[in-house]
Amino acid sequence: MKDSVLIIHPRDNVAVALLAMNAGDTVTANGIEPFKTLDEIPASHKIALRDISIGEEIIKYGETVAVSTQMIKKGQWVHTHNLESKRWKNE
Amino acid sequence: MNDITGYIRKNGSVGIRNHVLIIPTVSCVNGVINRISREVPEAVCAPHAHGCGRGGLRDIEILFRILSGLVHHPNVGGVVLIGLGCEVSNTTWLLPLIHDAGKPIEVFNVQTDGGSIETSRKGIAAARRMLADIGCQSRVTVLWDKILIAMECGGSDAMSGVTANVAIGAVSDWLVEKGATVIFGENTEMIGTTHILTRRAKDEQVAEQIEQMITRAEKLTQDVMGERASLVISPGNMDGGMSTIAEKSMGCIFKGGTTTINQVVDYGQAPSEHGLILQDGPGYDGDSMAGLAASGSQLMFFSTGRGNPVGFPAMPVIKVASNTKIYEAMKDDMDVNSGVLVEGRPLNQLRDQMIDLMIRVINGENTKAEVNGMEVLTFMTVQPPF
Repeated sequence: MKDSVLIIHPRDNVAVALLAMNAGDTVTANGIEPFKTLDEIPASHKIALRDISIGEEIIKYGETVAVSTQMIKKGQWVHTHNLESKRWKNE
Repeated sequence: MNDITGYIRKNGSVGIRNHVLIIPTVSCVNGVINRISREVPEAVCAPHAHGCGRGGLRDIEILFRILSGLVHHPNVGGVVLIGLGCEVSNTTWLLPLIHDAGKPIEVFNVQTDGGSIETSRKGIAAARRMLADIGCQSRVTVLWDKILIAMECGGSDAMSGVTANVAIGAVSDWLVEKGATVIFGENTEMIGTTHILTRRAKDEQVAEQIEQMITRAEKLTQDVMGERASLVISPGNMDGGMSTIAEKSMGCIFKGGTTTINQVVDYGQAPSEHGLILQDGPGYDGDSMAGLAASGSQLMFFSTGRGNPVGFPAMPVIKVASNTKIYEAMKDDMDVNSGVLVEGRPLNQLRDQMIDLMIRVINGENTKAEVNGMEVLTFMTVQPPF
């Protein structure tokens, strides 16, 4: 079966959706157990690979690209509604 | 087989091409360059819009560094330099910077060599002589530590940071492991990643240079764009799934891979270290490419999502499409389709395919931009002309 997300770096806690997904779709990628999406995920957006607590770093490319502002569950959409920039708070 | 071959220059540098470069000191004599180009199509001609009319010290420094860097370029086996006579970058001032290039250089000036037609005739004869002379040089096996490869992205889309730059980053890591040197610039695309890049610096001095470079890039962006500076991360970027400037920038800088940053060099400056190098250069593709070429990059990977066909004089450019749609739409311009990552091709397979292509290009296979003659020379200026 074709992968539905890309995990860029082994350290990452988010993956990139390779296609638009609906809530309840199965997430597949090399090296992980398949799991279900909890939200609608637009193509090229991020999906949580595991539960992420408030204030925890969002890791993509193996680096910190943001900090979560909410409890994020594995399978949820990760974007500006549940994270903030470490760098520019108002962006 | 990972064997690579090249032309060894007298100063020890290695060319992966053996071009005769015809270059003007100033735009006023571009017509002479064009005339030589029509008569000697085998030569690489690099007309440009610079050479005079800017008095700031920084612009003059850049002008001489770029012209000198292109004359020194390892892929260039011989140079016909066409001057005018009264320009800032005149051949009298340029010659001390290039006499040690270790290759034949013939110099003509339109004001003292009989005008444009006579200078063209002399330039044509010199170019033909030089082509015959360097034609007998042959390739020998060379080591990876003589290879400098530039990584560039332009005409990016939402997938550039997911497919193309990730694949190019994997090639970068492979190259550094092999002992080669990898360089990338585009400092505006580093904004927001100071905390990431400084941590990867070899030492405190490099970390400080990275911090200063990104701070300057950010200030320049704010000075130039004013209230629109926030558009560095645009609503379109956010629609594409990028949530922060750090995430957007990571998508760009990931093309350099994940290794230690060993040096920061100025625009157009040649690195003295191996491994991963950052260049303090601009985001605009053409200007960035000139800086990276003048640093001595023998080859460039260039990722593009919207489809930029641009090449560079004497430096082969491998075009990596970020999505299958643009690869199919511009098949004659694209060398690699990294959109296959979305279709299930594993990253390591794509990386190996790109390494294989890179080795063939180093050994003489032409890239699409070379075949199509897409080369253009433009470079950075920091002040308006007067």
